[in-house]
Amino acid sequence: MTASPVSTTGPATSSMVPVRRRSRETLIAAVAFILFALLPPMASALNDTFFVFFAIRVMVFAIAAVSLSLILGFGALVSFGHAAYLGLGAYSVGILAEHGYWDVTVSLPVTLLVCGLFAAITGAISLKTRGVYFIMITLAFGQMAYYTATSLSAYGGDDGLTIWGRTEIFASSVLSDRTTFYYVVLGMLILSYVIARVIVASRFGRVLQGAKQSEMRLRAVGIDPYWYRLVAYVIAGMMAGVAGALLANAAEFVSPAYMSWHRSGELIVMVVLGGLGSLAGSIVGAASFLVLEEVLAHFTEHWRLIFGPLLVLVVLFGKGGLTAMLGGGRKNG
Amino acid sequence: MADPILQLQDLTKAYGALKVTDHVSLDVLPGEIHAIIGPNGAGKTTLIGQISGSLRPDGGSIRFAGENVTHLPMHARARIGLARSFQITEILPAFTARENVALALQAKQGHSFRFLRNVSRDRDLNDRALACLAELGLSHRADLPAGILSHGEKRALELAIAMACEPKLLLLDEPMAGTGREETDRLVEVLSQLKGRYAMLLVEHDMSAVFALADRISVLVYGQIIETGTPDQIRASTKVREAYLGEEAA
Amino acid sequence: MSATLLAVQTLNGLQLGILLFLIAAGLTLVFGVMDFINLAHGVQYMLGAYLAVTGYSLTGTFWGALLFGMLGALVVGLVLELLVFRHLYDRDHLDQVLATFGIILFLNEAVRTIWGSTPLTLPMPDLLSGSFELMDGLLYPVYRIALIVAGLVVAAVLYLLVTRTRAGMLVRAGATNAPMVAALGVDIRRLFMLVFGFGTMLAGFAGILAAPILVVEPGMGDNLLILAFVVIVIGGIGSIRGAFIAALIVGLVDTLGRGFATDIAKLVMSPSAANGVGPAIASMLIYLLMAAVLFFRPTGLFPARGG
Repeated sequence: MTASPVSTTGPATSSMVPVRRRSRETLIAAVAFILFALLPPMASALNDTFFVFFAIRVMVFAIAAVSLSLILGFGALVSFGHAAYLGLGAYSVGILAEHGYWDVTVSLPVTLLVCGLFAAITGAISLKTRGVYFIMITLAFGQMAYYTATSLSAYGGDDGLTIWGRTEIFASSVLSDRTTFYYVVLGMLILSYVIARVIVASRFGRVLQGAKQSEMRLRAVGIDPYWYRLVAYVIAGMMAGVAGALLANAAEFVSPAYMSWHRSGELIVMVVLGGLGSLAGSIVGAASFLVLEEVLAHFTEHWRLIFGPLLVLVVLFGKGGLTAMLGGGRKNG
Repeated sequence: MADPILQLQDLTKAYGALKVTDHVSLDVLPGEIHAIIGPNGAGKTTLIGQISGSLRPDGGSIRFAGENVTHLPMHARARIGLARSFQITEILPAFTARENVALALQAKQGHSFRFLRNVSRDRDLNDRALACLAELGLSHRADLPAGILSHGEKRALELAIAMACEPKLLLLDEPMAGTGREETDRLVEVLSQLKGRYAMLLVEHDMSAVFALADRISVLVYGQIIETGTPDQIRASTKVREAYLGEEAA
Repeated sequence: MSATLLAVQTLNGLQLGILLFLIAAGLTLVFGVMDFINLAHGVQYMLGAYLAVTGYSLTGTFWGALLFGMLGALVVGLVLELLVFRHLYDRDHLDQVLATFGIILFLNEAVRTIWGSTPLTLPMPDLLSGSFELMDGLLYPVYRIALIVAGLVVAAVLYLLVTRTRAGMLVRAGATNAPMVAALGVDIRRLFMLVFGFGTMLAGFAGILAAPILVVEPGMGDNLLILAFVVIVIGGIGSIRGAFIAALIVGLVDTLGRGFATDIAKLVMSPSAANGVGPAIASMLIYLLMAAVLFFRPTGLFPARGG
């Protein structure tokens, strides 16, 4: 166990933190949700629709980041293929729409099933391994999903697939109203956050966080961490799949680019920026990443020239992510 | 005579040409403290590993609580009542002492695929964890992260975790390792209070602790058990003197 | 599928395998010796190709380009090692992944800024520009044959270096038990610099070899990097022999799969269905292969870490 600024084994697990930290977690999340809720009226006062579109994007990626945070922050599973689930969720919606199935009663179960199955199969294999193996294998499976999508010539292949509309809810197209869609996405974000929070605080969550600290200790008390990790991996995959389905609806377009491995890397960056072991932090992390990207890209198209070194510096010198910086830093970090 | 709770038969394990476990047979009776002593490199740790299930024996069999567990993985052995402490403390440093024990209790209560209820508000679990800690004099440390406890407290916490599993057998791998005189005395006292409640297999270097606690002692030298008997018999054994105690006297 | 086509595809597969081996060789040693995951290894391949293009415009010869590209890749690699990587060896894998990811973003963008986004080409050396007649009616470019031969030679030299020299022995020992090697008084950091620099140069070399037959474009190393990961996972971390065999397997399976999956699919389904399914299966093949290997041998075919 090496001490490091963004260590996966740091003491930042929610069940052991003092009540003070847990309430800070709730506070950050609550503030974020309220800001999101107030944004559409403010944007319409400013007569600026850009912010609404941008905030939808932020919320969708926040859901994906929260799902990754569950396994990366609380299970120390460095999954480098998480964007695959964004893509699988998006393609589920896109392909169903292509065949005339628009209703959420079809697309949501299909999304959950497809993502759950992919996570169960690839997770069952990759969770048998550790360390760099796990990183490389999740990366490889993510890439497999990516290349498979590019080879689906019936569904646009490399170019992606345009969806001529949004998912219907019980045959009504309420989601085509931008504000309604916005609040549905916000609702899904809050739901994802609450689900993740409840899971982390449960018996299951305690096993997950225990396994991250010492696998041997868990075995010695009679728990095989493998199945718990696998279930967490599947839950995270399904949650990210929902984010993907929302992304497809937001853009009314699906593309293999959703699953590129750069996207997986970005999701990890979001989680780490927000602070490992903080679900609210992942929301902040996703927002900060996308805002930073937007701002830097505003100055230069070569914004990665700035962002790349920035990331290296954060890793080398940063401590505990943004939430820690906002809240005075975590102790013993 | 009662059936032994643990029975090793003809256990062998070799690393290349080196036989680290050489046809070891031994048993532990219910309620008995059976100690294993032997010079460094005698193969004690490897033996513990095979009994607990982290290492696979090359040959022979291990029966535990009436079952052949030779090929069961560690967690499955733990579930039928084999609890262990580690030579190098293996606790969950970010969890509080109470949470460490609560995890063992929760494992005892069946699977943990329970997603809804907040485990830190599970009063029954918390109270029972506290009771386990109290037995080892750790109540005042219950809500501190285990990682910041003193070395002796960590050793005691390991014991508390093992006891929370309500084991049929406690496998103690050098519980006194690295503790000071005072802490060793306290641990000896705790263990002697637990005597009779659990069967224990005790691997320990501290001879005074071993002779104070053990009902029977087996002496392991170069992977072989050269003698088993009561502390008095072991003290009197010339074989043991030559192979082990003699070496220490020299 | 005719015999000629099969022969051509096999040669193409070998060629991809050789490139993968050159990338994977350095990577697997770095993993093995330092337990360090370097995502930025793929950009060394890209840099090799770009620097060679510049080297060509400076010297006007392929050989000048080769020298310039390899030395340039080596210098960049060593600078990165000095500035960033050496501060990461003691960190956990997540830190390594993030920092090297940052470097990829930077270098890909830097290449785009310096050389532009339009694909570039590197002319073949005149000496190797002709074609061989392999069998009746089958012409195969000399350059591609030369690429395979060059790769095999490098593989052989590397194998001798690792198995016969003192440095190689230390590298192998380091892959098995790094603390032990350090305890024996070997400067493990210097050893690693050596391995790292060598690996960087090999990746650059692969990029230069590929430049005349593939396009030189930003991000060209990323996809090969992930294929190299698959190679390492199959071959076993830290094993040169494993990397070599796995690279050839992956190269052949991927190339032959893409060449023939649709035809094979047509044997069991309608042609239109096969046209849809074939490419999808072809692109999944090597990953399925990886999954299968992992299922039966979780530490790869030739694990360097015994026991």
